[in-house]
Amino acid sequence: MSVSYALLGLLEHEPSHGYELKRQYDEYFGRDKPLPFGQVYSTLARLVRDGRAAAEGNVPGEGPERKLYAITGEGEAALSAWLATPEPPEPHLQTVLAVKVILALLSRRSAEAYLDAQRHAHLARMRELTVFRRTAPLADALLADHAIFHLEADLRWIELTAHRLDQLAKELQQ
Amino acid sequence: MNLTLTVAGSEGSRSSTAEGIHEGRDLQKSFGQTPALRGATFRSGQGEIVAVMGPSGSGKSTLLHCLAGILVPDAGEVRFAGRRLDQLNEARRSELRRREFGFVFQFGQLVPELTAEENIALPLLLAGWRRPRAFSAARRWFAPLGLDGLEGRRSGELSGGQSQRVALARGLVAEPRVVFADEPTGSLDSLTGEHVMELLVDSARRLGTTLVIVTHEPRVAAYADREVLVRDGRVSDPEFLWATDDAGTPVRDVPQAHGLPR
Repeated sequence: MSVSYALLGLLEHEPSHGYELKRQYDEYFGRDKPLPFGQVYSTLARLVRDGRAAAEGNVPGEGPERKLYAITGEGEAALSAWLATPEPPEPHLQTVLAVKVILALLSRRSAEAYLDAQRHAHLARMRELTVFRRTAPLADALLADHAIFHLEADLRWIELTAHRLDQLAKELQQ
Repeated sequence: MNLTLTVAGSEGSRSSTAEGIHEGRDLQKSFGQTPALRGATFRSGQGEIVAVMGPSGSGKSTLLHCLAGILVPDAGEVRFAGRRLDQLNEARRSELRRREFGFVFQFGQLVPELTAEENIALPLLLAGWRRPRAFSAARRWFAPLGLDGLEGRRSGELSGGQSQRVALARGLVAEPRVVFADEPTGSLDSLTGEHVMELLVDSARRLGTTLVIVTHEPRVAAYADREVLVRDGRVSDPEFLWATDDAGTPVRDVPQAHGLPR
C-alpha cells in the first residue's frame, strides 16, 4: 500500500512520468526491491481512478509511455492523512522467533540452541550494518540504524526468553 | 545432510604465531562459595577485536580480569604471547599490565584530582617516562579525539562523552598490545556512545592493538570482529560451534556450546 503513497509524495514534489517515478522510487525506497514497471503504471492508473492524481498530457515527442502525471488536491489530503497516521506496531519477526521457540519446546528439541544460533545470526547482521553505516550517505545510514535498533529489540527478547525457557517448557507441558 | 562449521567475520585477522595470542584455558574462579568462572576458555589473536557478551553476573568481567592479570584464576591457565600470566607474582603481573595492556572502564574512572592531560599521561608516567615526553605524547591524543582545548579540565568539568574519550586515550596512549574495555559506553546516550566506539575501534585498528570488549549491549558488540558469549561462568564461541546444513540453517541438537577448547 505504501507504494501508492510514495508515488504521491514524489508527484507532490513535481509532476513526473512513469519512468522517472520508478527511477526515483528505486533510488529512495527500493534498494533491495526495485519497483516493477507494471506496478508503477497500475498504481498510477489507480491513483487517477481515485482522483488522487491526474494525467496532464504527454512529454513532447517521447511516445505514449511518457504521460505526465500530477498530484491533485485530493491526493495531497490523502498523503497528509497517511503520513499523520502511525503504523500498527507489528513485531512480525519476533512472532516468528516466538513460534520457533514454542515449537522447539513442544517437540522437545533444543530451544536454547535455536536461540543461540538466532542471536549469532542477528549479531552477524548487526556487524555488517554497523560497518556499512559508517561510510554510507546519511539517508542510507538512517535506514541501517533503523534495522540495527530492530535487531537490538529482537536480541533483548532473545536474552529474556533464554532465561525463561525452563519456566516456558513447564507451562507448555501442562 | 552435509554439515559444515560456520566461520564468520574474522578472515585473516587471527595471527598464526604465539606472538600476541591471548589465551585463557579452563579458567575457574570463585569468590567465597560463589563460582564466577567454571571452566571458561577464550582466545584472541593480535589485532583482533572480540566482544565478550553475557548477562549480568555471567562471569564476563571476571574473565576479563583473569585475562588481564588483575585476578589470578583458581585453576586453568592464562597465556599471553606464550607466557603463563597466572604463574607470575603480583609485581611481575603488574609490570606486564603496565607494559602490554591498556584499560578502558565504564564511566571513565578518571583520577578526579588530575587534569585531562595528566590523566592521559598517567600510564606513561607510571612506566617511567620523563614528564615532558609523556605530556607531549598525551597531547597528541586531544585533536583526533575532538578534545582540543580541554587539556587542563578535571573530570568534574568534562561531560560524560568527553570523560570517556579521555579514558580511551589513557587506555591507548602507551600503545599497548591489548586493550581491555569493560562496558566502554557505560551510560552514554546512543550518539555519544557510538562516537566513543568508533574512536576506540579506529584507534585499536590503527595501532594493531587487540581489543577485548566486555559488554551486554549488542550495538557495542557489533563493532567487534566476532563475539563470544559467557553464560554461567563458561564461554560459548559460536564461531566454531554452529553446525549448519546446506542452506545455512542452524541445525538443532548442536552439542552443548560450553567451554570447548579450540
